[in-house]
Amino acid sequence: MYSPIVMDHFNNPRNIGVIEDADGFGEVGNPVCGDMMSFYIKVQDNVITDIKYQTFGCVAAIAVSSIVSEMAKGKTLEEAKKISKKAAAEALGGLPQNKMHCSNLGAEALALAIADYERKHQN
Amino acid sequence: MKTIYMDHAGATPVRPEVLSAMLPYFTEQFGNPSAVYDLGSAVKDAIEEQRAKVAALVGAEAKNIIFTSSGAEANNLAIKGVCLALQHKGRHVIVSGIEHHSVLNAARYLEKFHDFEATFLPVDRYGQVDPERLAKALTPATVLVSIQHASNEIGTVQRLTELTAVCRQAGVLFHTDAIATAGVIPIDVKALGVDLLTINGPALAGPKGIGALYFRRGIRLVPQIHGGIQEDGRRGGTENVPGIIGMGRAAELARHELPERAAYLQKLRDRLITGVLTEVPEVVFTGHPEQRLPGHASFCFEGIEGEALLFMLSRQGIYANTGSACASKALKTSPVLCAIGIRPDLAQGSLVFTFSTTNTEAEVSAVLRELPPAVAKLRSFSPVWRKRAAGGAA
Repeated sequence: MYSPIVMDHFNNPRNIGVIEDADGFGEVGNPVCGDMMSFYIKVQDNVITDIKYQTFGCVAAIAVSSIVSEMAKGKTLEEAKKISKKAAAEALGGLPQNKMHCSNLGAEALALAIADYERKHQN
Repeated sequence: MKTIYMDHAGATPVRPEVLSAMLPYFTEQFGNPSAVYDLGSAVKDAIEEQRAKVAALVGAEAKNIIFTSSGAEANNLAIKGVCLALQHKGRHVIVSGIEHHSVLNAARYLEKFHDFEATFLPVDRYGQVDPERLAKALTPATVLVSIQHASNEIGTVQRLTELTAVCRQAGVLFHTDAIATAGVIPIDVKALGVDLLTINGPALAGPKGIGALYFRRGIRLVPQIHGGIQEDGRRGGTENVPGIIGMGRAAELARHELPERAAYLQKLRDRLITGVLTEVPEVVFTGHPEQRLPGHASFCFEGIEGEALLFMLSRQGIYANTGSACASKALKTSPVLCAIGIRPDLAQGSLVFTFSTTNTEAEVSAVLRELPPAVAKLRSFSPVWRKRAAGGAA
């Protein structure tokens, strides 16, 4: 059902956790609907220097948040904003059709965390 | 790694005794039961022997058993077959809200295509239908009530005799889906007071692709598969002979082993339930604590999602089931868990264990060892759990 890459990220989620003094925080989803993701970022000189997340959800949701965190770490904010749901799903070796919506959540949560940072740091 | 399989309501292996009984009917005993020569009539005789065995499992007579392709087909035949036969008397059918989809959707089909009205009865927090509520739902147009004997999702056994008494008094026919209970707890169709009852072959450790419907003498059924004179004209199509042989043998074994089996399963069940409720914080046990299937334990864990938990456990060789929306193809919260008042977010954390006699105490111990860290690990990933732990609303 799931690709080996999905299972690897589920079994060993990268960057999982929280950043207590995050520069940006974004949360999407709702446990009532089945998935919820919270992303935390640290930003220095416009670059995402650290990223953590927590995920409530299925195997796909956990793997998506893991891959998105990997793709975003070390990127500039502009680059990170371009991480699409499609790119996340592709990097995971594909997702089952009825789990594609999980890939939206990862990109959305990251985008919200970046937006939160930008709102706090606009001059 | 040793496999610990605890999803027997989902599928169960065919017993070796059942398989060996079936095998000759694929090859030497291949005759068509409708044929007049020996090769056919011997097979026909074998079918009738199995019919008697399946009937004996539920205290019925052989002539009141129809073989079908599945429990779902038996449910369809009961509901559509009876309602269509009685539509001149009235067009109202009552089912409980926690029935299998084959019951729920058969009732919806009657609404959509045959001008029936369907009532979906609510259940209490244990999943039981209140007899008074059933009595109030009956109308002069009601022709059939269908309420399951037990739920495969929450393990609750209905107080069926109280429900059938209500219907008998009102002169309304009563069907029960006994897929979860046949061969598991004693069934006597007369004592239960049911007019129709569904049995499934795989649930008895028989093969997939075979089921049966008991119908009380004199009940008219409109066939749902039109064809020849098979099953006394109630179901067309050449009989699934190996399947019938397998179901008969499985029913025979189940009947002889039932008391011992139930006691054994109950011991495993109670140990798992007590263990989980002791070892894991913030877990809700679902279904009725006493009036439940002997080999069934079901829970909802706060702050995590069931599909992820299933995969976490399968890494340790443990196989169970979940009613989580994420694990369902439709991505919808389990209607059964909703019906018993479980919050939708808590319903996501559903986990269901169903045992057979191949399971052991040692396996239960292994589950009790592996489950708490799996839950704890997923909770450490979970923003919902973090908020809950911080005292905020989930």
